[in-house]
Amino acid sequence: MKTRQFIDVLSTNVEPVKIAIVWKTLALALLLGAIGAFCLMLATVGQRPDLAAPGHVVPVALKLAFALIVMISAGVALVRLANPGGERLKLGPYFLPVLLVLAIGGAIGLDFAISTARPVFLIGTQTWMCISCIPLFAIIPFGALIFVLRKTAPTDLRRAGAMAGLLAGAVGAAIYAFHCPDDSPFFVTVWYGSAMAFCALIGALIGPRLLRW
Amino acid sequence: MMASQAGDAAAHRKLLEQLSGHLRGYFKRRLVHGDSEQAEDLVQETLLAIHTNRQNYNPAQLLTPWAYAIARYRLIDYLRKTKSSMANVPLEEAEEVMAHDDQVEVESAFDLDKLMSRLPSKAQQAIRYVKLDGLTVTEAAARTGMSESAIKVSIHRGLKALTAMMGQEKKS
Repeated sequence: MKTRQFIDVLSTNVEPVKIAIVWKTLALALLLGAIGAFCLMLATVGQRPDLAAPGHVVPVALKLAFALIVMISAGVALVRLANPGGERLKLGPYFLPVLLVLAIGGAIGLDFAISTARPVFLIGTQTWMCISCIPLFAIIPFGALIFVLRKTAPTDLRRAGAMAGLLAGAVGAAIYAFHCPDDSPFFVTVWYGSAMAFCALIGALIGPRLLRW
Repeated sequence: MMASQAGDAAAHRKLLEQLSGHLRGYFKRRLVHGDSEQAEDLVQETLLAIHTNRQNYNPAQLLTPWAYAIARYRLIDYLRKTKSSMANVPLEEAEEVMAHDDQVEVESAFDLDKLMSRLPSKAQQAIRYVKLDGLTVTEAAARTGMSESAIKVSIHRGLKALTAMMGQEKKS
């Protein structure tokens, strides 16, 4: 088949198309995924019984803020990566706020370790619960994001997969915050951070398979 | 491209013709063991991918890097399938506009009729009437008994399926 003929075929009766607004579709998918994951949380581990107690509002809000910062960074990067050529732009600067949060969390932990001389990793009672629940709650948002990304033609599948994983992991972390009984900032930094990083890793590994077009 | 998105067929043809020249140069330079026919396959595959993804082009961006990102993606896909040793495709080169452009007509290995025969019959009919015979969507809808939106959806899905088939065919 000659290319000229092929172009004839493609440019016969060209349908007008509506320009796809990536961030809106991704945000909608994320919202639906988050609602699904929230229901999953209520159905499995349930929210912490003392959620509304006066002393617990601030820690929960801090956890949500941490997850939200990661969500914004990963979300902005993902909007870029969703379309062809998005990987040309430097994505590093979007993650500066996340690094800042990690540094603050680390500093608090170090301070605590020095002042109490206790092994810092023992803070917290439900470490395993935390690092298994966050990826679990990330599955539904991840699926929703992948569904959208399959239509937006990303050209760097590994990075797009990693960002989708990180974004979904941050949603998982935000949802888990409603259950999590551990309020130590250092615990949150280390284990929430690890769980989200794990989600990003999984996304990077399976992204190329799921996103091929 | 913006005129293409609005449904201007003449502008769309012009765009695809111009892009095909650049793409041909791009693929020919990068396919070490490839002949012109392989490059032509990739040109057509990329044109189809650009066509079916035109709603994903944001007019605020530059068109060239967008189109080359798709070309590069199809090339890597092709190299991965053929396990060619030529794997070095730096992205930076995508930004330079190609000066090299030969319009000599080479035929790709694709046989449109054969590829079409593997599509679902609805998509086959829709593409044949609207894209090959040049009927309007309304006329095609009247002839097939499908609704207009069903025709549009069939064409869109059919073309997407064709892109996938073109990619697979080169494996064998």
